[in-house]
Amino acid sequence: MNKILVGLLAGLILGAIDGATAWFYPETRPVIGGILVGSSFKGMLVGLASGWFARKVQSTKWGIVVGAALGLLFAFGVAAMDAAKGRQHYLEIMLPGFITGAIIGFSTQRASTPRSAS
Amino acid sequence: MDLSDSVLDHLRVVAALPDLTGTRYELEGEIGRGGMGVVYRARDRQLGRRVALKVLDSALAGEAPLIARLEHPAIVPIYEAGTLPDGRAYYAMKLVAGTRLDWYVAKSLSLAERLRVVRRVGEALALAHSRGAIHRDLKPQNVMVGEFGEVYVMDWGVEAVAGTPAFRAPEPSLDERSDIYALGALLEFVLPAPPPPALGAIARKAMNADRSLRYPDVTAWLADIERFQEGLAVEAWREPPLHKVRRFWSRNALLLWLLTAYAAVKFLLFFWGRR
Repeated sequence: MNKILVGLLAGLILGAIDGATAWFYPETRPVIGGILVGSSFKGMLVGLASGWFARKVQSTKWGIVVGAALGLLFAFGVAAMDAAKGRQHYLEIMLPGFITGAIIGFSTQRASTPRSAS
Repeated sequence: MDLSDSVLDHLRVVAALPDLTGTRYELEGEIGRGGMGVVYRARDRQLGRRVALKVLDSALAGEAPLIARLEHPAIVPIYEAGTLPDGRAYYAMKLVAGTRLDWYVAKSLSLAERLRVVRRVGEALALAHSRGAIHRDLKPQNVMVGEFGEVYVMDWGVEAVAGTPAFRAPEPSLDERSDIYALGALLEFVLPAPPPPALGAIARKAMNADRSLRYPDVTAWLADIERFQEGLAVEAWREPPLHKVRRFWSRNALLLWLLTAYAAVKFLLFFWGRR
């Protein structure tokens, strides 16, 4: 499967799962829909960028590093938006975002490269 | 008396040497003897390079036209074939500087390197079989590993050679599946003891006494080795469930560790938030 498509799918699924875990925090339940959508979208952005990187660089190690860095960066953006609303959840958002980014980066590297017709 | 004995010995040796008059080669020494002839190290005067010169016992060029058809990096290329003044056939080929496989695997090699060598042999055989040629006498002594790691399969397809017992298939008439038997024996030979069970099974399947139960062709044998190297289940072995779990873990260890780390982080953050 196409690396970018794998990144988008992995980002969507992992982002949705990550967002769904907010249900365990009663204070976030009223906004769980928005969190799910936002987290899935963030995951897809990380997946898109990781997939693009995986097409350029064939390295599991660097795929994980770049995926994790992108996950951390986007999670920081979300946490900063949350902080602007007066809620400080940097650790709760950035740490899982870092690991999901690494998983997405890994998945895009594992995806097979389509053979070009020569 | 001693002197005359040594003179006689010398005369016997000289008399046995091939007469290369009329050829572009100059003898340097003997490399080895086989059932069908002798291989010498010789110098090509025209091109100023060393070659391996195989002088056959008969006038038939034997395997030369056969090998010449097989152009593969793991098959020693033939430069020229001809007939000596005494009527014997000869052919010149690349002089391989390297180590015989049996000596090469005596060193402490990684499993990946051992498999690389046998896979290379398998690739050469696959090409030969696709051209209708069979080896008939595949064994570690007929495989050389060059100084740059290149692998060469030597001594191809001599009809009269009956094969070497430990590597020869039990059937009386040899065909492609007999080469697969020898390939299995070669794999068994290069594996460390005890071998990984999947690889042991691949070797055993290739060496099945019933040729119909062996791999149908070398490509299928190569595919099973590749499956092993990629951490997939091999065709030759029905693995126990515990082994299947272990293989799944080792193949996906990194992903499983990342998922475990994610679950652990989520778990800790949840309880940390509840303080």
